[in-house]
Amino acid sequence: MHKKWLIAPALVAVGALLAACSSGSSADGGGDEKVTITYGVWAGTQTPAMKEIAAAFTEENPNITVKVEERPWPEYWSTLQTGAAGGTAPDAFWMLAQQIQPYAEGNQLLDISDEIDKEGVDLAKYPKAVLDLYDQGDGKIYGLPKDVDTNAVWFNKAIFDKAGVAYPSADWTWDDYRETAKKLTDPAAGVWGTAAPIDYQSGYYNTIFQAGGQVIADDGKTSLIDTPEAQAGIKFWTDLQADGSSPTLQQLSDTEAETMFEQGKIGMFMSAAFWAPQLYANEEIKPNIDIAPLPIGKERATVTSGIENVGYAGTKHPDAVKKFLIFASGETAANIQAKAGAVLPAYEGTEQTWLDAMPDFPNLKIFVEAKEYSVPLPVQGNAAEWQGMQTKYLTDAWNGTATVEDATKQYADAIDKVLAE
Amino acid sequence: MIAPALIGLGALYLWPFISTFVKSFMDVPVFGAGEFTGVDNYTKLLGDEDFWRALGNSALYTGLVLLGVPIAIVLAALIEQAAKGRTIYRVLFFLPVVTLPVAVGMVWRFILNGDFGVLNYLLSLVGLPGEYWVADDRFTIYAFAVVGIWMGLGINLIILGAGLQSIPVELYEASALDGASRVRQFFSVTLPLLSPSVFFVTVLTTISALQMFDLVFVMLGSINNTALDGSKTIVYLFYEAAFVQFKQGYGAAIAIVLLAIIMIATAIQFRLQRRWVNYD
Repeated sequence: MHKKWLIAPALVAVGALLAACSSGSSADGGGDEKVTITYGVWAGTQTPAMKEIAAAFTEENPNITVKVEERPWPEYWSTLQTGAAGGTAPDAFWMLAQQIQPYAEGNQLLDISDEIDKEGVDLAKYPKAVLDLYDQGDGKIYGLPKDVDTNAVWFNKAIFDKAGVAYPSADWTWDDYRETAKKLTDPAAGVWGTAAPIDYQSGYYNTIFQAGGQVIADDGKTSLIDTPEAQAGIKFWTDLQADGSSPTLQQLSDTEAETMFEQGKIGMFMSAAFWAPQLYANEEIKPNIDIAPLPIGKERATVTSGIENVGYAGTKHPDAVKKFLIFASGETAANIQAKAGAVLPAYEGTEQTWLDAMPDFPNLKIFVEAKEYSVPLPVQGNAAEWQGMQTKYLTDAWNGTATVEDATKQYADAIDKVLAE
Repeated sequence: MIAPALIGLGALYLWPFISTFVKSFMDVPVFGAGEFTGVDNYTKLLGDEDFWRALGNSALYTGLVLLGVPIAIVLAALIEQAAKGRTIYRVLFFLPVVTLPVAVGMVWRFILNGDFGVLNYLLSLVGLPGEYWVADDRFTIYAFAVVGIWMGLGINLIILGAGLQSIPVELYEASALDGASRVRQFFSVTLPLLSPSVFFVTVLTTISALQMFDLVFVMLGSINNTALDGSKTIVYLFYEAAFVQFKQGYGAAIAIVLLAIIMIATAIQFRLQRRWVNYD
């Protein structure tokens, strides 16, 4: 009797394997057959907007249903990786420029250039910096940008008022930022002028470019993070730490900078636009929040990146997926996304919808204006690996136990090794 | 008739093991075929300071978590002796076992927070200085161990409790007649007869402690936690190599080395058991 119980699961497993192998040639949604495709995303705050986009797509294409699948960061990436290798990845999913290389090289992504031609998609509607980030130089197009992010300074007016400090002006400089941070800091009240974590995208990459430096050389073969310009960009942050104008790295490891900012403990928080919906929903802090552009170093600069919608090469419904990808990064979807306030859409001309969604943040337009002086996020080579080493090499500089010169030299050597692989 | 079960065993355990073993001698991109590079991964591993640090962290963690075994023995003995409420105690101690590690890690993260944590508040009440338990790599392994012991207590208590119940009551009665005290009974009757269960619990605890990953992942939170570099365990290093840095061959080599370490540790324990485990 109990032997049967052993056989049954084994049979089920074998049956599932056979089914998985034999269903490669079914319909693709172009015809009359009804198909369902899955769409993998990670940010919970954006899921409602993504579901709305999926519904709008089905309205136009009644035969294709899109199921939004949300997985939390960072499990999103390990699940995606095993899913792609095992043939169970979502049909369409979000991609980051830092991650695309192994997927593109491993032929895991759907080339949608034919559909782009067929539908007459105008690539000029998308930020060139973001398109370039995803360009693998193989003549294929794997996806289209869904959003774009730039950086600015979120600040808490109540903290400025209490300290009697004037709000940042549009053309403030690094020195102004440092002085302001000092003046806002009030240890007795548990308030710091700013937060200076080791954060590449929202932090020191911006100041490296502002100082006229670069993270990686144009040829993508060596790191320039140990050049005097880049070192100046990093000193911007270590100075803030040395001044005591920021919580220590330990404190920022325990409680993230954004959380501290929402708790009213941080005067100025340099970061991206994607915090807007969360801050807008926080009734307590919302009236105190305003936005200033990044301070100017030698020049103005902000790094920019964005999520792309891409498709899985192993999908059973490539035509349906291509259709959806173009829709999900298109104007209609961008407007849905903007209306939900979720994130600044990549599609040109939909920025105003995003601004209108959060009228109590009139200076949100600074994030849109920042596109004009934006620089693509450095993502050469195995970026996930060398960016992941930042705390290993830079922590001592931030803590003041190593010089910026020494720390960046060692970090540059380590990056060079990764780039050489 | 056992063929189906063997197929399942082969597909779910044997094949992944073989493929991991083969991959550990290859340079494998995330997708597609790799190329054989001989023992490259292993030589690189031996020269990788992160590996040695992780090995040290895993060893320290395992040693600390093994301190949970004597704690579990004493607790199990106390619970078995309790006149009332045995079931309630068992349930209370078992709760962490059936709670998601993610939830457990989050709660402990709040408790151990350097600025707002309950632990530091309690310490301040008795005049002791607080520390950044989960943001300073001098303390993180100890913080993991406390949580690890607490999480493992439930299972250990069940196993040890069952072992205690199988000790004949007559032995206690006889020793009491001979004038043995409670404490003397514990050391002369309970411990020797419980030793097979203690051995089993020790082996299980060692194996699971060497495989610890989830507490690092959950309790150190974001990638920006500067204590992470000094707090990685072997399995965390494996996760990072295979899933973050896209180096599957290197990850496979780490996994094989861990397997070897676990096998050696278990073999040593089996050898040593002859000296102290009593099967009579």
